[in-house]
Amino acid sequence: MSDTVIRIRNLHKRFGDLHVVKGVDLEVKRGERIAIIGASGSGKSTILRCLNFMEMPSDGTIELDGKLLGTEGRANDGGAARTYSESELCEVRTRVGMVFQQFNLFPHMTVLENVMEGLITVKRTPKGAARSRATEQLAKVGLQDKLHAYPGKLSGGQQQRVAIARALAMDPEVLLFDEPTSSLDPELVGEVLRVIHALAEEGRTMLLVTHELGFAYHFADRVVFIADGIVYETGTADDVLKHPTKERTQAFLARFTERAF
Amino acid sequence: MQYQWDFAAVWSHFDLLIVGLIGTVELALVSIVLGVIVGFVVALMRLSHRRALRTPATAFVEFYRNTPPIVHFFWFFYALPILIGLSFEPFTAAVLALSTQSGAFYAEVFRGGIVSIERGQWEGAKALGMNYRAVLRRVILPQALRRMVAPFVDRSFELTKTTALASSLAYAELLYQAMQVNSITYRPMEVYTTIAIMYFIVLFAASNLMRLVEYRLARVG
Repeated sequence: MSDTVIRIRNLHKRFGDLHVVKGVDLEVKRGERIAIIGASGSGKSTILRCLNFMEMPSDGTIELDGKLLGTEGRANDGGAARTYSESELCEVRTRVGMVFQQFNLFPHMTVLENVMEGLITVKRTPKGAARSRATEQLAKVGLQDKLHAYPGKLSGGQQQRVAIARALAMDPEVLLFDEPTSSLDPELVGEVLRVIHALAEEGRTMLLVTHELGFAYHFADRVVFIADGIVYETGTADDVLKHPTKERTQAFLARFTERAF
Repeated sequence: MQYQWDFAAVWSHFDLLIVGLIGTVELALVSIVLGVIVGFVVALMRLSHRRALRTPATAFVEFYRNTPPIVHFFWFFYALPILIGLSFEPFTAAVLALSTQSGAFYAEVFRGGIVSIERGQWEGAKALGMNYRAVLRRVILPQALRRMVAPFVDRSFELTKTTALASSLAYAELLYQAMQVNSITYRPMEVYTTIAIMYFIVLFAASNLMRLVEYRLARVG
C-alpha cells in the first residue's frame, strides 16, 4: 500500500455552463491533514464534495489507495466524465467519510440511532456491537449523556459533534469536513474545533474546507489555497498563511486583519 | 312546501342499500390498495434519473389529471375489452379505472412527500455509504410518510366518492342500489337523502379516525 491515499488528477466540475472546478491535481498522503481555503465561490467545497462523490466530477480521475475509481465514460462537450457504479460509490463513501456544514443528522432518529445507522445498514454490524461502538464514538465527542436525545433538541455544536461521531463510527480512511463550523453560532465553534483537533492528534487523514484560518494554521500539515477553481498556491501552513508568495493569496489573507496565528 | 316525507318505503328496502354500501366500501378499499401500489411505482419512476422511466410516468399522471373520471370507467368497461378480446365484470372495470386514476394522484402525493425532504438528508445518508434503496427506506420515507398522510387521506376520500360513478357500469354500489330502490318506491327524496346521509356517516367517521392516526403519527415525530 502506497502512502498516497487519494490522488486527484485534472478534476473538473461544471454545473451547466458554470465551470466551477477547472483542473485540480492534488495528492493526499496517509495521515496528512490538509486545510483547503479560499473565497466563497472559489470551488473549494465542490472539490471536497467530488472526493466522496456528493458531486460527480465532470472530468478527471480520482484514485483511492492506488485504485483508479470508475470506468471510462463517454466523451462529452465538456470532457470525459467517468461513470461510477452505485456499489463502487457506496464502497468509496464508507472509506471516505464526510461532515457537512448543515450536519445533516436524521431528525427521526435519536443521537445513538444516528451513529448506529451506517454500522447497521451498511456494515451489517450486529446491533449490540453497533450500539457499543456508537456509544464509544459519542463519548469521544463528549456526548455520552445525550444518547437518547433527538437531534432537534441539541445545540448546533452538539449536532455537529454527533455528525462527527456518525462519520467516525464507520472508521473511514479519510475524513472530509465541509465548512463544519460555518453554520454555528460563534460561541459554539470552539467545541467543534476542539473535537476536530483531537482527531488530528490521532493521525487520521483529514481534509478540511474552512474559513477559520487560525484553526487551519494549527491544524494543517498543508494548506491549499483555491482561487477560480484551481489550486492557486499550496504549501505548509507557515508558507501559505504567513508567507504567501502569490498576489491573490496575499490579497485574500489581507482581508483577515486580525490573524490568530 | 307541503311534501309528505315517507321513509317507510325506504326502510322496507334498506337491505338493498346496505348491500350497496358494502359494495361501495369494497370497491373503495380494493382500489385504494391497488392505487397505492400503482402510485408508489409511478412516483419512483418520476423521480428516476432515467428519462425512459420518467417520461411514461409523467405522461400517465398528466393523462389522468386531464381527463374526466367517468371516461376511464367507460374506457375500461367498454373499450379495453375490444382491444384485448376479454370482457370484465363491472367490479373489475371499476377497480381498474379507480386504481389507475387514484394511482396517478397518489403518485403526486408520494413524489411531493419525497421531494419535500431536504437534499441534505440524502447526502447525509449517502455519505455513510448507503445505497439508493437504503436511503429511501431508512431515511427519506420515514420522514416523508408523515408529510404524505394528510394529502393521502384527502385523495382517498376523493376516490371513495368517485366510486359512485361505478353505478354507470351497473355495479351494485350505494348509488346504483339507491336507483333500484327508487325505481321500486318512487320516493327519490327519501332514497337519495338516505344515501347522502349514509355516505356522510361513513366518510365522516373515517375522517375522524384518520385525524386520530395523523395526530399519533405527529406525536411520534
